[in-house]
Amino acid sequence: MTALSLRDVRKSFGPTEIIRGITLDIAAGERHCIIGPNGAGKTTCFNLISGRFPITSGEILLNGERIDTLPPHKINRKGLSRSFQITSIFHRMSVFENLRCALLWSRGYRYSFWSPLWRQKGLNEAAEALLEELNLASRRDVLAGLLSYAEQRALEIGMTIAGGASVVLLDEPTAGMSNTETDYAMTLIRRVTEGKTLLMVEHDMKVVFDLADAITVMVYGQVIASGPPAAVRANRAVQEAYLGALEG
Amino acid sequence: MKYRWLILALIVVAIALPWCFYDWTHHRQAGFLISMLSQMGMMVILALSYNMLLGQAGLFSLCHATFFGMGGYATIHFLNGAGDGTLPVPMELMPLLAGLSGLGVAILFGSMATKQRATAFAMITLGIGELMATSALMFHHFFGGEGGVTTNRMIDNSLFGLSYASGLQVYYLILAWTVIAAALMYFLTLTPLGRMANATRDNFERAQFIGYDPRMVRFMQFALSGFFAGIGGGLYAITYEIVTYDALASSLSANALLMAYIGGTTVFGGPILGAILITLLQSGVSLLSNSWLVYVGVMFISMVIFAPTGLAGIIKTHGPIRQAGRLRLLVVPYLRLTIPSLGVLLGFVGLVELMSFLTIGAAQGKKLVLFGGPVDVHAALPWAISGICLLVGGVWLRFEAAGFHRVWESLSAEVRR
Repeated sequence: MTALSLRDVRKSFGPTEIIRGITLDIAAGERHCIIGPNGAGKTTCFNLISGRFPITSGEILLNGERIDTLPPHKINRKGLSRSFQITSIFHRMSVFENLRCALLWSRGYRYSFWSPLWRQKGLNEAAEALLEELNLASRRDVLAGLLSYAEQRALEIGMTIAGGASVVLLDEPTAGMSNTETDYAMTLIRRVTEGKTLLMVEHDMKVVFDLADAITVMVYGQVIASGPPAAVRANRAVQEAYLGALEG
Repeated sequence: MKYRWLILALIVVAIALPWCFYDWTHHRQAGFLISMLSQMGMMVILALSYNMLLGQAGLFSLCHATFFGMGGYATIHFLNGAGDGTLPVPMELMPLLAGLSGLGVAILFGSMATKQRATAFAMITLGIGELMATSALMFHHFFGGEGGVTTNRMIDNSLFGLSYASGLQVYYLILAWTVIAAALMYFLTLTPLGRMANATRDNFERAQFIGYDPRMVRFMQFALSGFFAGIGGGLYAITYEIVTYDALASSLSANALLMAYIGGTTVFGGPILGAILITLLQSGVSLLSNSWLVYVGVMFISMVIFAPTGLAGIIKTHGPIRQAGRLRLLVVPYLRLTIPSLGVLLGFVGLVELMSFLTIGAAQGKKLVLFGGPVDVHAALPWAISGICLLVGGVWLRFEAAGFHRVWESLSAEVRR
């Protein structure tokens, strides 16, 4: 069963084609990592899938349904959620409020201006449980903007998975972290994406080969290889373009 | 509710105040006080509803008076309808109709304005405000042109059998609606919509990726704030029995912004503080001085520069220090700030008043009277004293402010630990 599928997706900014025809299938429940040098178009690819930018041509399907013409919030409601490379949270709201907001839509509250939040027992318990899971319970009432960097990254992941999306896109979740923090973040990611389809952009090769069921290598807006880690590692083109230089 | 007692005290004071100034010998109400308190009530609603946009949703609107004014105009027509018997609605529910009128207009204009963000949003609201102000002068059937529209509030239809002949009865109607509106607006901040308004304020883009259409959130917040502004306008119409172009002019929109900002946009109750303060200045200082608007303007600019969180924000930053029991350590530094501040204030007010009496005052044939004696505005001495006060006070204040800053920093660092 294919969860997410890209069919010859292209994207141009002005006369420059940044994404030059990507075709990719991601199976349901798969942990899929995208790697590639800077400027390869990994983040742009995420922006196209999540609806942040419209695509120029091609098709994107989520569980067999086209999503490339939908605005971001509708894509999210269909069960695709993403995080950002540069932390994107509600910085003037408490950690708890951030998580509760991220839970609202999936729990059917919509734009309600008549249900008092303090009385929504199920919602509040879910937010507290999430807080525990992210190990942020002691920071519950701190403004999100005042958290440490690693804590903000954890919150970002929490907000991404809160709505119960079946397909989760994480954009460099461990960027800028120390080794210990990275290990911790990866344990967290493994745990919270259990049973979900995960698509992740990552630079840390150790993390990638530890985690991924499948790897896609992008260079200059194109996929040069895609498959199980062992096959990708053995791929000559990948070694020349990318891995060889890194693993030296 | 942390502030339950404060709120209760405020309401009790608002109920009791007219009787504290009652003239028992002549059995006469304190008319000036009641009209000032009535004005405060309307302005509290206006400022709070404006802060639903500015503080809670991060929307910088420049047409808030439109909804206040439209609520007012509509109420005049409703009252006229009630007066000739075609609209059997009791007086107590008129503000609700006014609110619905405000809501209708806000839905119409909000659907245009909230599609845009930031500067474009502000531009559109500026255009809407000007459009409505012009319309008020052009379309006589509804707006009555320059003279406005008038009514008689004695419609003889009340749930409690009140005639609303006296200002006091109207004041209590205003007070009741102010409390209702404020409570409802507070309730809104605790609902999913209210929280998502905060979320779209903090991070417009992120809201989309947790399933919300931020434009829809803003639109609904905008429409609801129009509802409350309309209630304020309805109370205005009931109080003055006349609504003119002033009730939806851009100067009132600016006033809403001033009250919310000076009071503090980051705390729910901030705009209440701002509305009370500005109304006090408006009705108190305007009797004493022609230049009261200059003072409000300077106050606004100083707030923007030195205290962007407003009065309520300043109070709130003292919270942690108070909890640590260190508040008394700030008494002396504050006193040291007060003295040069008074100098600056005296010097500035002196110069403004001298200038004002040199021109407007002379034209009005007034004389500047200070401490019981007339002051010659053409003599050099008063100018020199004011100038020196301002200069010396200014330099001294800078010095004291630096000292205060050091004390504040060390205290808050200590409290944080």
